[in-house]
Amino acid sequence: MRPENYEAQRQPPSNEYELNFGPNHPGIEGNYALKVKLHGDVVLEAKADGGYLHRGFEKLMEQRLWIQNIALVPRICVPDPSPMELCYSMAVEQLCGLKVPKRARWIRVMQLELSRIAAHLFTFGGHAATTGMYSTMYWGVADRDLLLDLFEEFTGGRVYSIYNIPGGVRRELPDGFLQRVTETLDYIESRLADYDNLFFKNQVFVKRAKGVGVMSREQALAWGVTGPNLRATGLAFDVRRDDPYLVYDQLDFDIPTEENGDAWARTLVRRHELMQSIRILRQVVEALPDIHGPIRAPIPNPLAWNVPAGETYTRVESSKGELCYYVVSDGGPKPYRVHVRGPSSMHAVQVLEKLSVGSRIEDIAQTMFSLDACPPEVDR
Amino acid sequence: MAKPIQNSKFKIQNYPVEHSDSGSILSPLKALQFFARKPVTVPLEPRPAAANYRGFHLNDHDKCIGCSSCQKVCDNAAITMVKVPHLPEDPLKGIRNLRPAIDYGRCCWCALCVDICPTSAISLSREYVHTCTQEEIDSYFILPDETGIHGDFYGLGWQKSVDSDLLDLERQPMAELAPETRIDNFEEIVNGYTDQQAVIEASRCVQCGMCHDACPTRMDAPEYIRAIWQGKPEEAVRWIYKSNPFSHVCGRVCTHRCEDACSIGRRGEPVAIRWLKRYAMDAVDHERIKQIAAEEKVDYLSGHRVAIVGAGPAGLTAAYDLVRKGHEVTVFEAREQAGGMPRYGIPAYRLPYDILDRDIDVITSLGVKILTGTRVGVDISMDKLHADFDAVVLAIGLHLGRSTRIPGADHKQVRKAVDLLAMITDGKKFSLPKQAVVIGGGNVAMDIARSLARMQKQKFGEAKITVTALEDKAHFLADPLEVKECDEEGIEIFDARGPQACIVEKGKLKGLRTWKVRSIFDEQGRFSPAYDESDEQIHEGDMVIEAIGQMPDISLLGEALTEELEWSRGHIQVDENGRTSVAWFWAAGDCVNGPDVVHAVADGHRVAASVEAWLAEKTN
Repeated sequence: MRPENYEAQRQPPSNEYELNFGPNHPGIEGNYALKVKLHGDVVLEAKADGGYLHRGFEKLMEQRLWIQNIALVPRICVPDPSPMELCYSMAVEQLCGLKVPKRARWIRVMQLELSRIAAHLFTFGGHAATTGMYSTMYWGVADRDLLLDLFEEFTGGRVYSIYNIPGGVRRELPDGFLQRVTETLDYIESRLADYDNLFFKNQVFVKRAKGVGVMSREQALAWGVTGPNLRATGLAFDVRRDDPYLVYDQLDFDIPTEENGDAWARTLVRRHELMQSIRILRQVVEALPDIHGPIRAPIPNPLAWNVPAGETYTRVESSKGELCYYVVSDGGPKPYRVHVRGPSSMHAVQVLEKLSVGSRIEDIAQTMFSLDACPPEVDR
Repeated sequence: MAKPIQNSKFKIQNYPVEHSDSGSILSPLKALQFFARKPVTVPLEPRPAAANYRGFHLNDHDKCIGCSSCQKVCDNAAITMVKVPHLPEDPLKGIRNLRPAIDYGRCCWCALCVDICPTSAISLSREYVHTCTQEEIDSYFILPDETGIHGDFYGLGWQKSVDSDLLDLERQPMAELAPETRIDNFEEIVNGYTDQQAVIEASRCVQCGMCHDACPTRMDAPEYIRAIWQGKPEEAVRWIYKSNPFSHVCGRVCTHRCEDACSIGRRGEPVAIRWLKRYAMDAVDHERIKQIAAEEKVDYLSGHRVAIVGAGPAGLTAAYDLVRKGHEVTVFEAREQAGGMPRYGIPAYRLPYDILDRDIDVITSLGVKILTGTRVGVDISMDKLHADFDAVVLAIGLHLGRSTRIPGADHKQVRKAVDLLAMITDGKKFSLPKQAVVIGGGNVAMDIARSLARMQKQKFGEAKITVTALEDKAHFLADPLEVKECDEEGIEIFDARGPQACIVEKGKLKGLRTWKVRSIFDEQGRFSPAYDESDEQIHEGDMVIEAIGQMPDISLLGEALTEELEWSRGHIQVDENGRTSVAWFWAAGDCVNGPDVVHAVADGHRVAASVEAWLAEKTN
């Protein structure tokens, strides 16, 4: 009985048609869909259709003890879970006034950058697959596995590390671990020339990506774009440098930018960022042996832990962009409200909808993967 | 913002990579070199996971006590506590035969169960995979043991470590008077927790309820601890009064079976349950406590009258229960003041008597009538009680000291500890010894030794007390804290010494002769001390105090009732509810069941319930 149902339905022109792009489609990232209106193979209109991965995280978190949520948050973004843990833990630490020991802050940086490399390798693989370059995909996944081996060794979990806890981290690093980090970094770095040849410099890819999904810096800012996607429009904004957390203010790294704002530029920014992460990690590996002390500030018994009433907003730079947590405590044993401001919500919905218009149908996948949106994080 | 460190060493060699679209269309062909290189994706041989891996659960059934902390911290309700009948169950030691069963359809492998486990029984294995056919779907629900999900041990993965332990193993320190400031007075030694300390101490509790199961009177300790943690001491008092009207007393001098069973005590210091109870009772206004205690009192009178002989913890607890059920309760107390052994046996530095008065005041405020200075058998006969009341409860405690009956024990300077302690409470005068020897290794021995030491310090400026005990120090019957405080106060303790004779010369007591104890019990476990006669010691003293046990004074029963009752080894025989073989007569507390306040309280409840049931039956 809604009013719009009484209006005459406009019949679409016979040369226009609608297409469900996803949720089960090799060109879509995760369980996600676009309802696309096409004229020939040119997109007239795209409507994001998410929700297939909605698990109600924010509501679930209100029903769990503060400590229990550390096992829940990594599941919000599967390819890059570490920033989720960190951002939530930082929020609880701020509410409690917990001071994280120095060693824990350095270890956290290591975890975040390892996770960033793994996430980027994964994205390169997925992105290459949209243009049919499956070798790159296999490489990306196989090389990411080496990072996961490291995660398994120091956090106990390959994907969901659940390593951060409010106050610090859960485990001391295993013996000889930093050496293995160095070896893995050396290997990944040595592999980049192969990736360049096969993927980044591959004309098949370059010609498919250039000029696709172009957005200007102004558009990017207006649409809430962050992270590599924003930096691909020439704006060097990175939370790690501009609002530093942990020990990023003591580390030496650059903020790579590109000017064109297209799928090609976004991919290149990630390629450069991967190098920067290696650079950061080498500094961490050198610094960590000289940083001693506890890895965790004491917290109360988690079964009887009332976090002081208040609200806080924390943000970190994830591989996808700016990840923020808004956490409210009413002084009880569980959060009163948690809101996750993930970067992908903007990238996969409003940005993808707009950038798809006018492109050809085969470029939708190219655009989506270049935005590196993470559907589980959109749906939450 | 701090300036980034400029460390040229970390400049990346091949950065920035020159990315232009000048790459040749043939550049992918460079990958052809991989025909001659090791492939990037290689199948792996099966291998155990990393040493820290969070695989499937392992549980050491011998270490696990079934406290269910893992179940409480589990994010996904993946853990169910399952009864395993063949495993031991011992509430006094804090062991249940419950063990965690894991539902791998729910588990998320976060290992919080490992990190919180009070015993460190749970760990995770280094095994990666479990899979099964549809028919075997139940194999995802397992009761882990030490071998793991598939019965073949894969190695320990994530296990308890100092880094990840989520429990606070140290209790809040209790402020106490220093030995030098307390030795010459009867000021209370323990100061009690502050609000903040109490909340922090209460927060250490994992709510396993082992304390509840171990407590003779089944106090709702988890509930009142949680209420204290929530900053609601009134709520805590409400929980406390459900099961214990002697909580001021128990908050100070209870033998705290609860703390012995506390699961935090498995690896650390148990939660200070006794001090938390004390905190709650002290934090709430006395008048408010009276209101809370009266909340569950019925608003009618049953018309039944119950007499209770003895105003100690057992008698008054029974009175408290019965008066709340609407019965008219009269308590007959031979001494000048109510309170029983807590007043006449426990020194004021452990239990100030005005604190005891508060507990008694709550009980009398409910309508219990206490007739002090009324000795049954002398001032009123047992027959009269039977005639005037529907039921009679005997709760007379153990106020007669036992004697060692060694040579010289009949000397007038050989005294019983209970008698002296009662005289100290009443302020009655006796000739204070300059040097005294105490026989006994229990709490009463410590109490009299420390009381006399204080009085000696006041009068003579120095304390000279020797304690000799049959047991060696490892098996002392006294609370270890008491022994430690004795040491601090300069009391000499000789362990494993058996008293042989009180040395009397020319009518004057000179001291005690002891032999070294070789064993206390014979092979059948009967009391039969064996001595090493070559190891003899003389402990000098002008007074010897026997503190080797007490017995009830049953002369009040009268001949007829004594004859009518059934006896068992000198004790009145009672059923499990405290009822004697005489229909209208119950017995409770130390005179039938030892040995401390909280057992007496438990006994009081038991007897009251039995009396109540009988009265109800009578009415119908």
